[in-house]
Amino acid sequence: MSSEAQVQQAPVTPSFAMLRTLGSIATLSGLLVVLVYHFTLPIIAENQRIAIEKAIFQVVPGAVSRKDFIAVGDRLLPADSEGAQGERIYAAYAADGRLRGVALQAAAQGYQDVIKVLYGYGPECQCIIGMKVLKMAETPGLGDKIASDPGFLRNFEALDAQVDAGGAGLAHPIVTVKHGAKTEPWQIDAISGATVSSKAIGRMLNASAQHLIPLIQRDLALLQHSN
Amino acid sequence: MPTLPNQEEKVTLDTFLRGLWEENPVFVMLLGMCPVLAVTNSVRNALAMGLATTFVLLASGTLVSLLRKLIPKQVRIAAYIVIIATFVTIVDYTIQAISLDLYNALGAFIQLIVVNCIILGRAEAYASKQRLGATLVNGLGMGIGFTFALLCLGAVRELLGNGTLLGLQVFSDQFQPWVVMILPPGGFFVLGAWLLLFAWLRQRRERRLLEQQGASVHGR
Ligand SMILES: Cc1cc2nc3c(=O)[nH]c(=O)nc-3n(C[C@H](O)[C@H](O)[C@H](O)COP(=O)(O)O)c2cc1C
Repeated sequence: MSSEAQVQQAPVTPSFAMLRTLGSIATLSGLLVVLVYHFTLPIIAENQRIAIEKAIFQVVPGAVSRKDFIAVGDRLLPADSEGAQGERIYAAYAADGRLRGVALQAAAQGYQDVIKVLYGYGPECQCIIGMKVLKMAETPGLGDKIASDPGFLRNFEALDAQVDAGGAGLAHPIVTVKHGAKTEPWQIDAISGATVSSKAIGRMLNASAQHLIPLIQRDLALLQHSN
Repeated sequence: MPTLPNQEEKVTLDTFLRGLWEENPVFVMLLGMCPVLAVTNSVRNALAMGLATTFVLLASGTLVSLLRKLIPKQVRIAAYIVIIATFVTIVDYTIQAISLDLYNALGAFIQLIVVNCIILGRAEAYASKQRLGATLVNGLGMGIGFTFALLCLGAVRELLGNGTLLGLQVFSDQFQPWVVMILPPGGFFVLGAWLLLFAWLRQRRERRLLEQQGASVHGR
């Protein structure tokens, strides 16, 4: 190509050339993205399954398999039943197929943003047997201790969650108390310096447990065996 | 002063090293400050962000350089943005496939690589005018320079703010972490300290150079 031809061509690029170039680049882009999406989709789905199972088996110690149920209104339905829409709960079973506990999700506003947790309910002791923070944006070094502080996590090894005589709620509401002031098994001992985040955990567990644990106790037979 | 070559450059060691030192995207050009401040609270996050950005830099540079004669000037920015966004989306899925923990830690900042001005800057100022080889060498230098800068911040912030490096305990339990280092203000403190250090080093080198020249003049 001579330099004269370039000088003459340079100012006018035909609209068609612009459309063609942008069009081809967009097509190529679409092709690449869809290709990678399809390739990574099963891997990502598997990662998500592993992540949720790891969390479930952590809050229900001793469990090795799970079955999902959905709480619809005041009933529990297997997750695969048609049209079931509601809160998902995870029944977790030991190697011999016996129910070890049920993993439940709860959420509430923390200091910075909404905190989401998964917690385990053990029907045998009628208590909360584990808690794991799934998502939070609490301040590092202060509020984020709710996920790691060993003293705080000990609250959730056997946190009383008995259903009241009427079977409509908890006998004793779960509450967070100031650090060092815990006297009852249904109280959560707050982390000093992170009382706001600790209270959020208490509030979300109480709200979720008041609603779901009576349902679980009532429909325990449905959950009892892994098959 | 960043060089913006308009002619095709011969690949030299300088093509590569420029991004590391003379034109370091963070410490010299002050580009891409959003990820620099946001995801350098740990070495792991800094490394992942640096590598992800380097990949996008290289992949988008490759396409821009190969297509440089075909992309009309009038639509070049639109074309570059689409190309960059494509590779950022690919990185996004890839990181999700590698580790969900890492993906959650990096949050929205993976998607925000699209608007990292280092990448569009390289596409516009370099890849659109240079051969593939030079583009790759230069992009790799810039990517490593960026990653190096992120690691400089990440290491200091994780060490002081958490007492660890790459998650491994460094200080004894007696050490009271300076929590502020992990928080956003800590990012500004540490960045400021590094900029000061680099400015001082550069100044000292220039003074040495001047003195040497002076000495040689006198010596003659
Ligand atoms: C910058 C900043 C961030 C904070 N982040 C949290 C937090 O994430 N969670 C929390 O519970 N308290 C946080 N606090 C402290 C609360 O304001 C409050 O002082 C504390 O929860 C009270 O705990 P105490 O009664 O045990 O002293 C933060 C305070 C400041 C100044």
